[in-house]
Amino acid sequence: MAGSESEGAAMSTKAGASLTRDAWIRLRSNRMALVSLILLALVVAFSFIGPLFCEYQYDEQNLDEQFLGPSKQHWFGTDSLGRDLFARTSYGGRISLAVGLLATSVSLLIGVTYGMVAGYVGGKTDAFLMRMVDILYSLPFTIFVILLMVLFGRNFLLLFLAIGAVEWLTMARITRAQTLNLKRAEFIESARALGFSHARILFHHILPNLLGPIIVYATLTVPAVMLLEAALSFLGLGVQAPMASWGSLIKEGAEKMDIAPWLILFPGLFFCLSLFCLNFIGDGLRDALDPKSSKD
Amino acid sequence: MKNFFISRLLQAIPTLFVIATLTFFMTRFAPGGPFDSDKAIPEEIKIKLQSHFGLNLPLFDQYLLYMKNLLAGDLGPSFKYVGWDVSELIQLAFPVSLSLGVSALLIALLIGLPAGMLAALRKNTWWDYLPMGIAMVGICLPSFVLGPILIMVFATKLKLLPALGWYSWTDLILPSLTLGLFYAAYVARLTRAGMLETLKQDYVRTARAKGASPGRVLVKHAMRGGLLPVVTYLGPAFAGLVSGSFIIESIFFIPGLGKFFVTAAFNRDYTVVLGTVLFYATLIIILNLLVDFLQAWLDPKAREQR
Repeated sequence: MAGSESEGAAMSTKAGASLTRDAWIRLRSNRMALVSLILLALVVAFSFIGPLFCEYQYDEQNLDEQFLGPSKQHWFGTDSLGRDLFARTSYGGRISLAVGLLATSVSLLIGVTYGMVAGYVGGKTDAFLMRMVDILYSLPFTIFVILLMVLFGRNFLLLFLAIGAVEWLTMARITRAQTLNLKRAEFIESARALGFSHARILFHHILPNLLGPIIVYATLTVPAVMLLEAALSFLGLGVQAPMASWGSLIKEGAEKMDIAPWLILFPGLFFCLSLFCLNFIGDGLRDALDPKSSKD
Repeated sequence: MKNFFISRLLQAIPTLFVIATLTFFMTRFAPGGPFDSDKAIPEEIKIKLQSHFGLNLPLFDQYLLYMKNLLAGDLGPSFKYVGWDVSELIQLAFPVSLSLGVSALLIALLIGLPAGMLAALRKNTWWDYLPMGIAMVGICLPSFVLGPILIMVFATKLKLLPALGWYSWTDLILPSLTLGLFYAAYVARLTRAGMLETLKQDYVRTARAKGASPGRVLVKHAMRGGLLPVVTYLGPAFAGLVSGSFIIESIFFIPGLGKFFVTAAFNRDYTVVLGTVLFYATLIIILNLLVDFLQAWLDPKAREQR
């Protein structure tokens, strides 16, 4: 195992382009992943460029125009305060995607550092650090996020810090396993022989070789994070009015479903579509970057 | 093997201690207190209430007192539900959440396992594509979208089932479907992957070669290994079912422990929050231990390692 890893690593430094191109070719042949990539690009475009095609602001109330169905004027209809749902869905998308990306970054930062240190130092430190992860794994962590959000107010910054702090565990496990393998590779040995500092070895030599699995797992973390944010917003603990995320829009929609079904239809559709695409892209990337790994 | 479980049980004690400490100080450092309600309470009454519950003591003394009571198995009185102990509240609300969780888990296994096995045995046919396609949709359809849709279809439009509340057993159907279908989808995918992996193994081929019937090969030989990923997944699934039930309880207005917990956190009902967190943590630790047990029973390799 260690032998093949070091071979792969050696190849990637010599002919890095071909490895990436290989992965790209494999990804391209995965039709579902490609379709998902295009659809996701469209959803992102809708969230960020959408407002240009809409003359309403996301928080612009118009009490004469409550609960209007989709029409030429309001493409997605209006809500209980006469706000344009197209503008709100687009704005909510920006928030949901931003939370997804930011919280994933937080979880990456914690998880990768933690896993790298555990794997690199090894021995008792490793055993202790991973035992901690095992313990945390078995906890109802969402309860803590809910608790945090209730207790310390619905702070946007806290939202993704809390979510990120929950989602780093798997990342730490993956990084540690990879680091353990890499540590025994010859090029790390030689870096150590050259007298490089531990930090330099970790960040210049080990980290670049971890990028593949990190990217794959990050892609799969984004939908998980978005789901958690939406669930919090659904419980009324996420973003606050007049701000909106897809989760809070779905909550409003669910309450008014009998009289205005479009209120849940459009945010729900965009939300589910994004989750769908991200999951397929993640699966596709995993197959493309690491053909050996099994699907589970 | 025995030692392994004893050491795991012993490990649960420091874990619970850390959780108790963390939650205690987290709730106390949050702004607000249990008696800061919208209605202004006269200052003397507030002071009296605080001294009654020991809230006027220094924080660290309160912590020591709480831990001492905890060791004796006493979760303390609720601050908001006057005259109720936290353990009484849990006894009242948990059976509701439990029946929801158990029926959701049953749905997940009863749908997920057969669907996954069928897909694995009839790989690359419609028996594979159709269930797996539905499973993928199921995974991407969060409960708070699925729940309202189910209510609209089965309660509002077809008037077959009650939409909200908790009065008869029919009230259990829609919530547990909402909660269980996601896990059914996940279990189906895991079962398919696990079965495909095992069906390729040499020992399955040997079993076939010696003339065992397809049914026997499936049940006696392939299923044991094939179900391992599902069993491994049960641990995280339990944790997920717990937090998932919070959302379900809020959609369907079910008086379960999740709803109690969120309300208690809003009310700063410290003891109820702490008690619920500790209760859930203990529950999940025990369930995870059971999962390990099952895993060791199914997988001889894991048994030897321990």
